[in-house]
Amino acid sequence: MEKRLYPLRFAIPALILYAVFFLLPGLTGIFYSFTDWSTYHEDLNFVGFQNYVQIFTSNVEYGRYIFNTLQFTVISNIVKIIPAFFLALMLNQKMRGRNLYRAILYFPSALPYLVIGLIFRSIMHPGNGLINKALGAVGLGFLQQQWLADPNIVWGSIFAVDAWRGIGYVMTIFLAGLQAIPEELYESANIDGAGFWAKVRHITLPMIMPSISINLTFGLAYGLKVFDVIYVLTNGGPGHTTEVLATSVFREYSNGNYAISSALNTLLFLFMAVLGLLIVTRFNKRTVEV
Amino acid sequence: MLKKNFSAALRQLVALLLSSTILIPMYMVLVNSFKDKRESNRMGLDLPVEWLWENYQHVIEKGKLVASFFNSCLYAFAASVGVVLIAALATYVIARRSDKLAKRLYLLLIIGLFLPVNHVVLVKIMSILGLYGSRLGIVLYYLASNMSFSVFVCYGYFSNLPRELDEAALIDGASPLRTYISVIFPLLKPINITVFILTFMGIWSDFMTPLYLINQTSMWPMNLAIYNFFGRYNAYWNYIFADIVLTVLPVMALYLLCQKQIIGGLTSGAVKG
Repeated sequence: MEKRLYPLRFAIPALILYAVFFLLPGLTGIFYSFTDWSTYHEDLNFVGFQNYVQIFTSNVEYGRYIFNTLQFTVISNIVKIIPAFFLALMLNQKMRGRNLYRAILYFPSALPYLVIGLIFRSIMHPGNGLINKALGAVGLGFLQQQWLADPNIVWGSIFAVDAWRGIGYVMTIFLAGLQAIPEELYESANIDGAGFWAKVRHITLPMIMPSISINLTFGLAYGLKVFDVIYVLTNGGPGHTTEVLATSVFREYSNGNYAISSALNTLLFLFMAVLGLLIVTRFNKRTVEV
Repeated sequence: MLKKNFSAALRQLVALLLSSTILIPMYMVLVNSFKDKRESNRMGLDLPVEWLWENYQHVIEKGKLVASFFNSCLYAFAASVGVVLIAALATYVIARRSDKLAKRLYLLLIIGLFLPVNHVVLVKIMSILGLYGSRLGIVLYYLASNMSFSVFVCYGYFSNLPRELDEAALIDGASPLRTYISVIFPLLKPINITVFILTFMGIWSDFMTPLYLINQTSMWPMNLAIYNFFGRYNAYWNYIFADIVLTVLPVMALYLLCQKQIIGGLTSGAVKG
């Protein structure tokens, strides 16, 4: 009965498009990662694990790019999720202009990365940029930096720009979770004399677990695949200080080293597939239980 | 009472400070887009000595903005409409069936939220299919790459639509497709609008796909046009800022018009988990 009423052929267009243009490139990429595919010669030879050996042993610092990717994923999420949580708590209370603040804070998430990159290249311009000029104007000239060119500072600048764009998005998801918490819970906690932190720990956090897991999930996927914000701000520089997996995949592709590019992508693909499967099956279990 | 007032003032202060970190850069871009080259390169917050509207004219002509605006509209519009139609239909049967196969298909579809695309091989597959360097190829890729998110968002929505609705129509003798089109699809309007807007904005902002898939300037979306414009005119911040304003205007209009749907859609998954 169910099979006749809800025929799976309705899902065929979606599945075909998704399989051919999304899954197939990733899966075929695994095959190509074991070849010497490049623009420099016509033929294609099987080379075993040579590309992977090269990734982990050559003097090009691929290992460093992988480390950078993981580091970006961890830090960028911490600096967005924690402040966004407190912002959401704040903007969940009654205050004047609350809706306007929410709208303004979310707005950067609607902007193209390229635009954000250009705006911050201007703001972080060492000579005339807004930040250095403002620091100079208030007598803090000694804090002026080469925001995007100093290897010791550049990651901080990237995290700042990334947070500037992303905090509103994370906050919005937290707000939705907060709005679903029944007011009575807090009222009875107040009667019991619970303080702010006790309420956060025993009511708020457990109640917004779904929002937390959504933010972590999307945050992980975003961080591991990050490309745009880095490409437009530093293009992996200065030197290769801010190179991550996705930017090095593009660099190898541009240089014609298709096989290495595919091998790097395959590492990410397999890692994300395992991670995704773990998370998605957990999601699924919960929706079944509820 | 004093403490309460103090904390309210503190909250206003924090909110104002944070909002200004967003509004001041926007304002800076806007005023500097009307200045001459020398004045705009100082990137100050003061008003232009003279308002040069012709900066915009210059950018539109030299930056291939008209053509790239229509390209962006085409990619974003065609793919978003397609995603709405295709993903909702697929999610309908997958969400309604309780068999193992449907569960597995759902997992298969949403694992795409995590997987990176291998653009290098994608280019090869596009070439084999004769789609590389074509607008159709770009739209098909956007359809595919937005499928996971749309299915994910729609799936949650179906749990709010009582099964009795479709069962009643089906028992009345309507075919499955008829039932979907005349009973279910109209009910999906809110979620479909959300999916449309989020997909549209995502494609409008996407920078990586055109870098890989587009090999001729006539097919550039706005993002690539402005990027190349920046490459050629990187000493002319007035033009760059004007270009930024023109690229942001469409998404800003969409954001202001559809804020409710955007935020409603983002959060529909968050509350239910």
